[in-house]
Amino acid sequence: MPKTKKKNVMPFLAKSPTGIQGLDEITGGGLPRGRPTLVCGSAGSGKTLLAMEFMVHGAVQYDEPGVFVSFEENEEDLKENVASFGWDLSALSKQGKLSVEYIHIDRSEIEETGEYTLEGLFIMLQDAIDSIGAKRIAIDTLEVLFTGFTSDLIMRAEIRRLFRWLKEKGLTAVITGEPGGESMTRHGLEEYVSDCVIQLHHRIHEETATRRLRIVKYRGSSHGTNEYPFLIETGGISILPVTSIGLNYEVTTERISTGIARLDTMLGGEGYYRATSILVSGTAGTGKSSVAAGFVNAACGRGEKALYFSFEEAQEQIVRNMRSIGMNLEPWIKNGLLRFRTERATTFGLEMHLALLHKEVSDFEPQVVVIDPISNLGASVTALEIKGMLSRVIDFLKMHHITALFTDLTHGGTALEATESAVSSLMDTWILLRDIESQGERNRGLYVLKSRGMAHSNQIREFMITEDGLDLLDVYVGPGGVLTGTARIVREAEESAEEVIRKREISRRKRELERKKTLLETRIAELHEAHAADEEELQRFIDEAESRQTVFQETRKRMAQMRGRD
Amino acid sequence: MEKRKAEHPPRDSRDAFEKAVQDQTSETYVLRLFITGTTPKSMRAIANIKDICEEHLKARYKLEIIDLYQYPKLAKGEQIVAVPTLVKQLPKPIRKLVGELSDKEKVLFGLDLKART
Repeated sequence: MPKTKKKNVMPFLAKSPTGIQGLDEITGGGLPRGRPTLVCGSAGSGKTLLAMEFMVHGAVQYDEPGVFVSFEENEEDLKENVASFGWDLSALSKQGKLSVEYIHIDRSEIEETGEYTLEGLFIMLQDAIDSIGAKRIAIDTLEVLFTGFTSDLIMRAEIRRLFRWLKEKGLTAVITGEPGGESMTRHGLEEYVSDCVIQLHHRIHEETATRRLRIVKYRGSSHGTNEYPFLIETGGISILPVTSIGLNYEVTTERISTGIARLDTMLGGEGYYRATSILVSGTAGTGKSSVAAGFVNAACGRGEKALYFSFEEAQEQIVRNMRSIGMNLEPWIKNGLLRFRTERATTFGLEMHLALLHKEVSDFEPQVVVIDPISNLGASVTALEIKGMLSRVIDFLKMHHITALFTDLTHGGTALEATESAVSSLMDTWILLRDIESQGERNRGLYVLKSRGMAHSNQIREFMITEDGLDLLDVYVGPGGVLTGTARIVREAEESAEEVIRKREISRRKRELERKKTLLETRIAELHEAHAADEEELQRFIDEAESRQTVFQETRKRMAQMRGRD
Repeated sequence: MEKRKAEHPPRDSRDAFEKAVQDQTSETYVLRLFITGTTPKSMRAIANIKDICEEHLKARYKLEIIDLYQYPKLAKGEQIVAVPTLVKQLPKPIRKLVGELSDKEKVLFGLDLKART
C-alpha cells in the first residue's frame, strides 16, 4: 500500500523516503527531494532523533549519504545517544555514508565587531558535503546560530541564504528549530523558507505525555493533515497514522472457538473468524474478563499462543480468579503458550502502551491477543486518541493474522451502545454483556450485537459463570418479559410440574383405554359364545326336525305296508 | 619577548605598579584573521586590524591572514562559522572576534587592550 501510494505521487514531486515508520505514509512518500524541510518542536520533542533517523535510513537503505550538522551535541554524545537505536554512526562514518559535523558556537567566546556573514559555515558544509558526496543534510538546530550571534538582521539574511543555498545544491535537508511564542518558529522565518514543515509536540494530558506529529505544510504535495501520535521505540520513531494504514490485509474464513460452546453456536455455529477484532463490552461485573480468559484458554488448548494485556489485574489474580470458575490457566503459562503483560494504564502514555504492544507481539508472535480493558487506557487520553490507537492496533494485529479480543467497561446509566460508538466501527464482532435486574436479583445476559460476515443469533442468553466454567442458557421469555435466574428456575419448575401432571393424565387415559379394550374383548367373547350356543340350538332343532321327518316317513312306509297298498 | 627596556630601576611603589602594568601588556599577540576571498568585508577587516595592531601592539604582534576559500578544512578545524573572524590565539584566553573589526572599542575589549566598562 505505501509503495503504490509512493508511485502515484512520484511524478508530481520527487520525494526522499524517510524510512521512518508511518511518516512516509502520511507524506505520501517522504520529504521533498532536494528541498529543505523544517522540523520544529520544543526541547525533548524528538526533532534531533527524527533528523538523525532520516539521515541514517538515507545512508543505509536508500544509498543517499548524508551530513549531520550538530550545533548542540558533539560527535561522541550523538553517537552514544543513537547507539541505543541500533545505529552505529562510527561505522557509517567509516563507510563514508554519514558524517557528523559538530560545530561549536559559544557566545561568551565571541565578540562582534562589525558586519559579518556565515560564509565559514557554508565552507564547512560544502567541505563536508563534498567529502562524502552527500545527498542529504540535517542541521540541528538553527536556534544555536540565533543565540550565538546577536545581530538578528544578519542572521535572518544568512538563514535565508542558507536555505537557498541548500536548495541550489539539490540537497534534501532537514533543519530543526524551536517553536516561538506566537509563530511556529522562534524567528517566524524558517517556516516560510522551508518547503515542508513538520511540527512535533510533546503534550501532557492528564499527567501522561504523548508525542504528536503534524505536517503543517508541504509545498506541491498533498499530505495527511492530522496530528498523529508517535512513539520513540527501540527502532527509532514510529508514527501512527490513524487512517492511512492499509485495509487490504488477507482475510480468512477460518473460524476459531470462543471457548464457550454455546457462544460458538450463537456465532453461526463455529465461533469467531480468525484474524478479526472482537469487542466484549459490559458494565462492571458482567464477566468480560471471564469471556476473555475463556477465549485465551480455548486458544491455548488448541496449542496456539496467546498474549494477555491486563490493565486492571495482576497475572496471579487473573489466574486465581479463573481457577475458581473452572479454568486453569497455569499450565499454559508454564508451557509458554500464554504470556501476561500487566501494567497500570496510567503508568505510561498511549504511545508507550502501543510500543509495548508492538514489541510484545513482535517478540512473542501470538495467534491471539487480549486487551483487558481498553476503557482503562482512556483514563489518560481522549476517545479520539483511543480510536486512533485502536485502529492502528487492530490493523497491525490483523496484518499479523492475530485474533484480538478487547474488553470495554461501559458505565451504568449511559446507553450501552453509545459509549463505545467511537470504537465499535473498528470491531468485527461485538458481544454485549449486560445485567438483567428483576425480582431482587441481578443476572447476566449476553447477546451478539454484531458479527460481520456470519449469521449470528439474535437471542439474549443468560450468561452463567459457574464453578465448571462458562455457559449460556436459554432465557425464559414469557408474557412478563425476559426471565432469568431464580425467576427462570421458578418458571422452569412450574413448567416441569405441569409436565408431570400431563404425563400422569396420559398414563391414566392409557390405562382406561386398556381397560375398555379388555372389556370389549370380554364382551366379544361372550357374544361369540352366545352365537355358538344359538348355532348349537339351531343344529339340534334341525337334527330333531330331520329325525322327525325320517321317523314320519318310516312310519308312513310302515303304515302303507301295513294297510297293504294295492 | 621583552621589547621595552627598563630605563631605570623602580624608585617607589608607584613605579613598581606602572612596571607591572607594562609587563602585563607587553606579551606578543598571535592573531589569525579568517577571511573569504577579497570581498569588501574581508578587505575592511584586514585594514582595520592592521590599523589597530599598529596603534596598540606595535612590534609585538603576529598577524596571519587566512583565506578559507583556499583552506576550507580550516573552517571546521578552527570552528569558524562567521567571517571575517579574528582569533586571538595568544595571550590566553582564546577569543573570537567576529565581523569586520570596525567597532574599535569592541576590538580593544576583545583583545584585552582595554578594560570593559
